[in-house]
Amino acid sequence: MILLRLAWRNLWRSPRRTLLTLGAMVFCNTILVFMIGLQLGMYDLMINNTLRAFSGNLQIQATGYNEKPQMRRSFADATQLAQRVRDHINLDSVSARATGFALASSQTRSYGVQVLGVQPATEALVSTLPGLIKQGSYLSPDDAQTAVVGSVFARNIKVDIGDELTLVGSGKDGSIAATVVTVVGIFDSGISELDRNLLQMPLTVFQDVFSLGNDAHKIVISAANLDAAVKVESEISALIADHPDLTLLDWQTLNPGLQEAIQADFSSAWFMYGVLIVLVGFSVLNTVLMSVLERTREFGIVLALGLTPGRVGWVVMLESLLMGLAGFSIGAATGAALNMYFAINGFSYSGMQEMGARFNLPAEFYPEVSLIALTLGPGAILIATLLAAIYPALRIRGLQPVEAMRAV
Amino acid sequence: MYSVSCRRLCKTFQQGELAVHALADVDLDIDAGGFVCLFGPSGSGKTTLLNMIGGLDTPSSGEITVAGQRIDQMKRAELARLRLKHLGFVFQSYNLIPVLSARENVEFVAQMQGMGAQQRKHKALTILAEVGLQGLEDRRPAELSGGQQQRVAVARAIVSGPELVLADEPTANLDSATAEILMKLFVQLNQQHQTTFVLSTHDNLIMNYARRLIKLRDGRIVEDIDQT
Repeated sequence: MILLRLAWRNLWRSPRRTLLTLGAMVFCNTILVFMIGLQLGMYDLMINNTLRAFSGNLQIQATGYNEKPQMRRSFADATQLAQRVRDHINLDSVSARATGFALASSQTRSYGVQVLGVQPATEALVSTLPGLIKQGSYLSPDDAQTAVVGSVFARNIKVDIGDELTLVGSGKDGSIAATVVTVVGIFDSGISELDRNLLQMPLTVFQDVFSLGNDAHKIVISAANLDAAVKVESEISALIADHPDLTLLDWQTLNPGLQEAIQADFSSAWFMYGVLIVLVGFSVLNTVLMSVLERTREFGIVLALGLTPGRVGWVVMLESLLMGLAGFSIGAATGAALNMYFAINGFSYSGMQEMGARFNLPAEFYPEVSLIALTLGPGAILIATLLAAIYPALRIRGLQPVEAMRAV
Repeated sequence: MYSVSCRRLCKTFQQGELAVHALADVDLDIDAGGFVCLFGPSGSGKTTLLNMIGGLDTPSSGEITVAGQRIDQMKRAELARLRLKHLGFVFQSYNLIPVLSARENVEFVAQMQGMGAQQRKHKALTILAEVGLQGLEDRRPAELSGGQQQRVAVARAIVSGPELVLADEPTANLDSATAEILMKLFVQLNQQHQTTFVLSTHDNLIMNYARRLIKLRDGRIVEDIDQT
């Protein structure tokens, strides 16, 4: 206890120096809490928007389809199964899809296109695409030979609302799949892959054209958020347990690129945070080293009184720990206050609204207020503080009492 | 029984190419409960000898036995433990820990020895009262006079009941009246607790209190006077 008291009082021998170092720690901790909170909040938003845009949180597929998406890897009674899932998890946002490829031809041009058969009545519940129609309208359950296409595809193939497209592909049974559809809508998702290559048509038409019968390739399930998805995952797994030919896939499996992009972004951000943490570490090292050098004589005294060099080193470590804990607490508290403010009011900057509208993102970001967001940065600073104190503490281990007591 | 025993003790400092013999073949035995004063001119080796006996410095050659233990070959941690359990130090410039109060300075050593909180508080207050500092226990060193600080240093040196107290010119920074009070205190502690005292000094006043005087010159004992 007396060592703790000694360490605490030693800190306040030079209040200005301690406060300056503490100030640097608090500032960095606040910045780190805010940046990490914002980053995690953005990742949540990014994941949710990406999943809502197209893939959903979970998908039921025929086993092996995700690795090798072929027309013949479909499963039967897809719409009935989708309805069973809806009823089982008590969630409307469940929709069946079928996927194929076709050569699309307008009057002047031909392009390859991914054709997606969707349930028009429920697709809007699992995807934001139906809400991003910039011309015309989305598919309706009563539509027959209609389609919506991406804006870049429409521009490239030179079609407009009301124009016809001829589709030629290959059916499940190897037969030629051919039909003519009328473009009723053009969407602009901001996702170039979708805008350039995607055509959607009613699932019933798709099944007819591609000889699928009542099959489909996916049942897409969209939950309110990632936590909600985790909750329904086990229920759906139980529901399809008696279908060994079916697999339930989570968003990480469905979007490996998204997970990798987040990890890459997080790593590059940590490089910047690392620089900040190292700078604080050097600031602490400077403070502790100065303080140790100033007290060489005093350390000589306590060594002479019978304290082992190791225990004297612990006093120095204790001083750094106390300073680090003070910086941790104050920094985490101010960071939490900042994050909570922006979590309620949203964080935005110039031009963000326009960009958000363009990519179907909100105009503001909301930092995450979670234990990890509040403690990750300050925890790293605390560790850096303790590491910075090791060298000064080790210096003490080499002190000879007589020589140390001669120091001025 | 000897409290301190030195045999052919040598300490050589290297100053460039010149070897300075701070202690040369010192043979010395000090009885338990003795009150010994080392004196001699500056550079005669008084402080070096005290440092050797206290395990604060290591000899170049020779043997030292303190409290029945050979200390000349001990490791640093073992020496630290010996100092903590068996020795008390009083330094010329008090050397109190400035951020701790008088009581905390005294308690510091007791706590390092593992004494319980209540016991060490009681002991610290008792000893501070014994050295005449009742009512000043909560003052920090900067709030005490030189004489009062030296008394705190004495209290700190004896709180753990050491067998041997080493004092290096303990009155050098004190006026003669305060120095006399301090010496009487040393004598009283020596008689009450049978603690061995080894002091170094230039001061004749202090020498009058010692029962044995040892004169050093050029690192050698040149006189050993029994004053009993």
